[in-house]
Amino acid sequence: MKITGAEALIKALEQESVDVMFGYPGGCILPAYDPLLKSPIRHILVRHEQGAGHMAEGYAHVTGRPGVAMVTSGPAATNLVTPLCDAYMDSIPMVAITGQVSTTAIGTDAFQECDTVGITRSITKHNELVMSAQDIPLAVRQAFHIATTGRPGPVLLDLPKDVLQNTMTWHWPSDDEVADSLPGYKPITKGHPKMIKEAAKLILAAERPLLYLGGGVLKARAAEYVREIAELLNIPVVTTLMARGAFPDSHPLNLGMPGMHGTAAAVTAMQKSDLLIALGARFDDRVTGKVATFAPEAKIIHVDIDPAEQGKVRRPDVPIVGDCRQVTKELLKALREMLDGGTVQAEIGPWRSRVSGWQEQFPLHYEPSEPGAALKPQYCLEKLRDGAPEGTILVSGVGQHQMWSSQYWKFDEPYTWVNSGGLGTMGFSVPAAIGAKVGRPDRTVWAIDGDGCFQMTAQELITASLSNIPIKVGILNNSYLGMVRQWQEMFYGERYSEVDLSGGIPDFVRWAESMGCVGIRVDSPEEVEPAIEKANSINDRSVVVDFRVEEFEKVFPMVPAGASNDDILLHPAQASRKEFLR
Amino acid sequence: MSTRPRHHILSVLVQNKSGVLARVASLFARRGYNIFSLAVAPTEDPAFSRITIVVDVEETPLEQIVKQLFKLIEVVRISELDPTRSVERELLIATVRADASHRGQLVELANIFDAKVLAVGLDALTLSLEGAPDKLDDFEELLRGYGIVELQRTGRIALPKLDREARVRAVKGKAS
Repeated sequence: MKITGAEALIKALEQESVDVMFGYPGGCILPAYDPLLKSPIRHILVRHEQGAGHMAEGYAHVTGRPGVAMVTSGPAATNLVTPLCDAYMDSIPMVAITGQVSTTAIGTDAFQECDTVGITRSITKHNELVMSAQDIPLAVRQAFHIATTGRPGPVLLDLPKDVLQNTMTWHWPSDDEVADSLPGYKPITKGHPKMIKEAAKLILAAERPLLYLGGGVLKARAAEYVREIAELLNIPVVTTLMARGAFPDSHPLNLGMPGMHGTAAAVTAMQKSDLLIALGARFDDRVTGKVATFAPEAKIIHVDIDPAEQGKVRRPDVPIVGDCRQVTKELLKALREMLDGGTVQAEIGPWRSRVSGWQEQFPLHYEPSEPGAALKPQYCLEKLRDGAPEGTILVSGVGQHQMWSSQYWKFDEPYTWVNSGGLGTMGFSVPAAIGAKVGRPDRTVWAIDGDGCFQMTAQELITASLSNIPIKVGILNNSYLGMVRQWQEMFYGERYSEVDLSGGIPDFVRWAESMGCVGIRVDSPEEVEPAIEKANSINDRSVVVDFRVEEFEKVFPMVPAGASNDDILLHPAQASRKEFLR
Repeated sequence: MSTRPRHHILSVLVQNKSGVLARVASLFARRGYNIFSLAVAPTEDPAFSRITIVVDVEETPLEQIVKQLFKLIEVVRISELDPTRSVERELLIATVRADASHRGQLVELANIFDAKVLAVGLDALTLSLEGAPDKLDDFEELLRGYGIVELQRTGRIALPKLDREARVRAVKGKAS
């Protein structure tokens, strides 16, 4: 039986178990929106294509399943560029479908034509311009296969209008057909046994070992084995911004986040370690600081599914290419066998006590909010955290509020933290939170946003209201582009250039109300808890809480960009104790 | 335009699909590496093409290039060819000024190098030479003295040298 390319597309998405997609129709993608009417797939109509992309990302973050976004050609495709790049940097599985002008018009500068495949080539794991209706099912299967296996990432399919309109004979390719069509794509998932044994030896011999967890631990669903390894050998753990939640914050072995705004204990433990066990982490510049002085005494075990990460920044002593879950499972087995065989773990007691000393000496610190005094953003986060219903998912934008969120929340469960780590996309949180809520409707989803970020994508709250996706947004509103302001204060002699967002306009409460949400404004510390309680009690629509916080609060600790992790700047109240970080 | 000794030859087997060359080229641009020369054509199996890329980098970035290239879905195999253990060939075509008084010298030069005369004009000759890149470098240098009007080189293509055993086997195979 002949069906159209558009029907084949929707049918293929159904075959891939897609239950929801985020999109926005338009000229060239029109044919695909017609069969969608009869499909069980839920389509969420966004207000801007960028929103569709970030929603797909948020959905993928919390479910582990690929998010799907569908938009038209030209400006819609270019509006999708930011979320594609975001997903690429953070290895988020995502399938994007864009309309394209008809094959006969390609290259003629037709209306709403752009070179989507060319533009997105370096920010997708793979992309393809599909030139025949008959090729659609295989292209869709390849896209989902590539997006979700190996190192996950976004895949884009560009579908010309006539390809969607032409007819084809339905055929759903088998696994073998997919494999045969991709002769160059064979991700390595099983770690080399010899390397795993080598790693186990190093771990048991190390006197100052440290587990350095990256986002790959979550992508590979490896948290349980990682925890068993840490507990078996009492090895302290740091969780990068992308790995928050991979190891419980309440666990005594967890030192928290390393890096530019990491805890002093996490940053220093990396510097002083003699063995970094990097799992699904990529030695990002925000973690290493100045690479030449990063963890100078440490040997490196580097487990990553992407061979290109091995040695990209720091040459590992034991490289293991493989899936974190499989490798940590094998590693755990190897460690147990060695212990059972009589190998004795090196004495790490002194290391443990040094690390605990740093934790006690240098907890996260801010000058508390006094009643009647200015409201501290960290205080708001602590109250949000304490009032959050069990299993709450936290989604943040990018900037100071993101760092405070990561610092002050307590993540005890994987997949409860969603943020834009690699690309640092302002405006990420509202749409990503909507996508997260769609993926986990049973959970409370709080988006923590800055006033700058919120103004970039707030219109998606209309999507939330009209599609009945109730989220909660807490704006830490300091009337500034806070992080940029902080850098100008610290590194540009307090010369503030274009960072004042002039608090007052817009009125966030009325804006929220106009979008069908409940708006609450909080000016003083004593209003915080009642506002949060109210927000948590409303579940039939979205809530926006405008926390009017202290304008000049800074994020500490801080390793200035390009500086060594040894030169960490502590909160002024702790700076005099810096000598203890030895 | 002689290549410095630290050049590396990558022989990249890719699926023969539209856009693959653009993908490879833009990866080099994106990661900040320079392509010295590049040649591409379908292989004996029309489903695949072989891209021969000469890059001019140190060992460490080369390892990164290879790994990043391998992440391209259509890249099937990458071999780094050691220049001392591979056969390299390149083609050069040049139009050189040659009035009647110099034509004889040029033809003689062409004969020495085993070059071909492709076209003869009143005051110019078009020559072609196939061979190892060094030989082409020398030939080009010598032509320069006569005045090169136009010159085009293909960029090198390369395959691994057969080891001794394979060479012998190949000869036997031919004989039987």
